[in-house]
Amino acid sequence: MATELPRKQVAIVGVGWSGGIIASELAKEGYECIGLERGSERKINDFIMQKDELRYAIRYELMQDLSKETLTFRNDQDMLALPMRQMGSFLLGTDLGGAGIHWNGQCPRFYPYDFEIRTQTIDNYGEDRIPDDMPLQDWGISYDDMEEYFAKFDETIGTSGEDNEMTAPRSTEFPTPPMKQTRSMKMFAEAADSLGLHPYISASANLSEAYTNPDGKTINQCMYCSFCERFGCDYQAKSDPLITVIPTALETGNFEVRTHSNVREIAYDGNQTDGVYFTDTRTGEDYFQPADVVILTSYVMNNTRLLLQSGIGDPYDPENETGVIGKNYCYQVMASAQGFFDEQFNLYAGAGALGGQVDDYNADNFDHSDLDFLHGGTIQLTQTGIRPIATNPVPPGTPTWGKEFKEASAHYFYRTLSLGSQGASLPYRYNYLDLDPTYTDSHGDPLLRMTYNFTEQDRNLAAHQSARLTEILEEMGANEVVSNPDIGDYNIMPYQTTHNTGGVIMGSDSETSAVNNYLQMWDCENLFVVGASAFPHNSGYNPTPTVGALSYRAAEGILSYLEDPRPLAE
Amino acid sequence: MAEENNQSGMTRRDFLKNSGLVVGGVVGGGILGSLLTNSFTDDTSPATDTEGDQTDQTGGDEQLTKARMFFKRQEDFRVLSAAVERIFPDDETGPGAIALAVPFFIDKQLAGEYGFNSREYMEGPFHEGAPTQGPQTGMRRREVFLYGVSRIQDIAQDQFGEAFFDLDGEQQDEILGHFQNAEVDMTGVTADAFFTMLRQATLEGVYADPVYGGNLNMDGWRIKKYPGGQMAFFDVIEADEFVEMEPISLHAHHT
Ligand SMILES: Cc1cc2nc3c(=O)[nH]c(=O)nc-3n(C[C@H](O)[C@H](O)[C@H](O)COP(=O)(O)OP(=O)(O)OC[C@H]3O[C@@H](n4cnc5c(N)ncnc54)[C@H](O)[C@@H]3O)c2cc1C
Ligand code: SF4
Repeated sequence: MATELPRKQVAIVGVGWSGGIIASELAKEGYECIGLERGSERKINDFIMQKDELRYAIRYELMQDLSKETLTFRNDQDMLALPMRQMGSFLLGTDLGGAGIHWNGQCPRFYPYDFEIRTQTIDNYGEDRIPDDMPLQDWGISYDDMEEYFAKFDETIGTSGEDNEMTAPRSTEFPTPPMKQTRSMKMFAEAADSLGLHPYISASANLSEAYTNPDGKTINQCMYCSFCERFGCDYQAKSDPLITVIPTALETGNFEVRTHSNVREIAYDGNQTDGVYFTDTRTGEDYFQPADVVILTSYVMNNTRLLLQSGIGDPYDPENETGVIGKNYCYQVMASAQGFFDEQFNLYAGAGALGGQVDDYNADNFDHSDLDFLHGGTIQLTQTGIRPIATNPVPPGTPTWGKEFKEASAHYFYRTLSLGSQGASLPYRYNYLDLDPTYTDSHGDPLLRMTYNFTEQDRNLAAHQSARLTEILEEMGANEVVSNPDIGDYNIMPYQTTHNTGGVIMGSDSETSAVNNYLQMWDCENLFVVGASAFPHNSGYNPTPTVGALSYRAAEGILSYLEDPRPLAE
Repeated sequence: MAEENNQSGMTRRDFLKNSGLVVGGVVGGGILGSLLTNSFTDDTSPATDTEGDQTDQTGGDEQLTKARMFFKRQEDFRVLSAAVERIFPDDETGPGAIALAVPFFIDKQLAGEYGFNSREYMEGPFHEGAPTQGPQTGMRRREVFLYGVSRIQDIAQDQFGEAFFDLDGEQQDEILGHFQNAEVDMTGVTADAFFTMLRQATLEGVYADPVYGGNLNMDGWRIKKYPGGQMAFFDVIEADEFVEMEPISLHAHHT
């Protein structure tokens, strides 16, 4: 029997960026919130002098313990889904602050095109450009209506950056100026410029200078220390939830965090929720946390899994194309190219979001009339700081071990520049999430099952981007350029990105979406599901500013709901 | 930043003290930045002194941590050592895997979490799966390594009638090639999967922080001119020329 705890006004499941933002906005307004986080507590001095590649970048010290919980994966319905036994393609966050602790901090905003992608695609190219098996949907809100929330997220985290004609319009200036430029970034910018493209310095949550946000939280100046992606920051110079929204919420006295609390089910009477069931991972004891409003902020995977597990909303059925929970799981279509140079660059130095970028081939910034794909992807030269275990570049034809490998990998370590494209991922009828029939987590609950493969759209997009990357590297003067235009089948092992999206998507129609544009469930009005799970597709960009903006939007909706409980959209 | 901007009780000043730097007064991000970077790029800085100590304490052949905690049989360990040395051989570019203590690194790793796959999903049922589904074996790395090493020795005996570690380099490479190309029968794990693991573990032993027992004296890092766990690159980040620096490891930060 679950022990019942004292009622709270709001229960928040998972405390990363999404949960932290919701908590800070609600707690500031005086609402009593509890954050239930399955992982452990974290403090900022956990990250001091932890410059250890093996522990953090290779063994994933800060990420989810898969021995307790993972997901299963298959490329298509004819395959038997098997557990993701080791982390690879994406790195799931856990513990207080979630993945926001070990993210890179690249901070682009999605495009106006993204929010109205179906309408605009039809307007520009006609309805037959959208393949039958592509449930491409508008988001139920325009960029113009989202802009103030993007601005709010930028203000909270202090984003460093500069304007560019190829990016989404902004109502406010970047809170801090762009990051420093490295030699390779300058070469990239010059090459892009001479190709007629529009380069700029990437928007970054590693800050170019110290900044104090409207909540009075200070983020320091980045030291370009390079132990950034997959690490917590030594200096509190990378905006993360632990130095911003979480303390903001805690200081109000209205927010309580309860760690080691793994939420397993959301109470549901077919109409509303009354709270959540969780297990204390230290004692195995079960609890019921009653709450007036429940917010799921447990990332794409568990937002979807908890709804399926609790029987809330109609599970998506790809055969009949009915139901919504688990629908439109999307990812990111990556392309990359490496150029080999004579000179050595100081590539050991860097920051998670340091880089040069062009968006001439992103969204609908270029004409797709004669192309065999929709949307596009951002192109970047990042300088995140290379590390020696993971980075062993060798020209094609070099053996992968032995003397020749050793020499070449040492020689090219600082002489290789990589360009990458993060391509949009558009939905496909048969890419979806549901519950696995066989495998369970350490509590015995079914794992989430992912059915996912790249589509023709994805392959064509990646091939296009790969050719663009090659052109830029050649223009930069590379002696030799290697790219991989054929992305093949999606493979769950090689790291790509932790930009998983969909499963609990937003929209204006309860038949085709799970939540409205305040991320309130159509089928359960006092339940809000927040995160990249709400994206009906993924753009050619990193997701977090859009996650942050949607969190601020949801917070506004939740506040309004707490005042006057009702469906916030019809 | 103000000293009170801190939930953890550790102030910036504590942090600077711990890092071997003494700073008076309250420092702002920008000032902090230049202080740190200047100190770290300055030859006479405390950080460099500490680094000097480190070489004395952990360098040389008297490393008492060079002993086995996982491999029971000397023979297995000799096979492992000979194999990793072929993957990362001693040559004019720098020391090889044995000189860098990579076999001891792997031994230590296998004795712990890594060897037990402690943070990986190890529940059945087990199926081979498609290549896109990642490793599916139910064998833990400690079993895979013992088994793989014994298979290397079997093949050496079958093919050349000698122990693997007594063969010449070319013969050893030929055998390792059989594993890489999945031409060796193994049960529960494929030969190429074992080889991939062995190769990766070798690179980890060459380049992981010396705290794990490999990368002896940071000489693995020196092969790549890798500066290790420097605190900051604020002053280097915009440099047009390549800047080389003495590496620094966790030892310098933590002692
Ligand atoms: C290495 C890496 C680099 C990245 N770089 C970038 C980047 O440069 N730019 C960018 O935009 N994005 C980046 N991302 C993605 C970014 O980190 C995420 O978009 C963002 O952190 C998501 O925030 P969230 O709060 O929605 O989810 P999370 O941070 O995943 O938080 C979810 C929280 O919920 C908890 N939880 C889950 N299930 C339960 C449960 N059942 N009960 C209780 N608690 C639960 C988890 O433990 C976790 O703390 C990166 C991610 C990674 C891993
Ligand atoms: S690169 Fe900058 S933001 Fe990233 S961890 Fe280092 S100091 Fe922090």
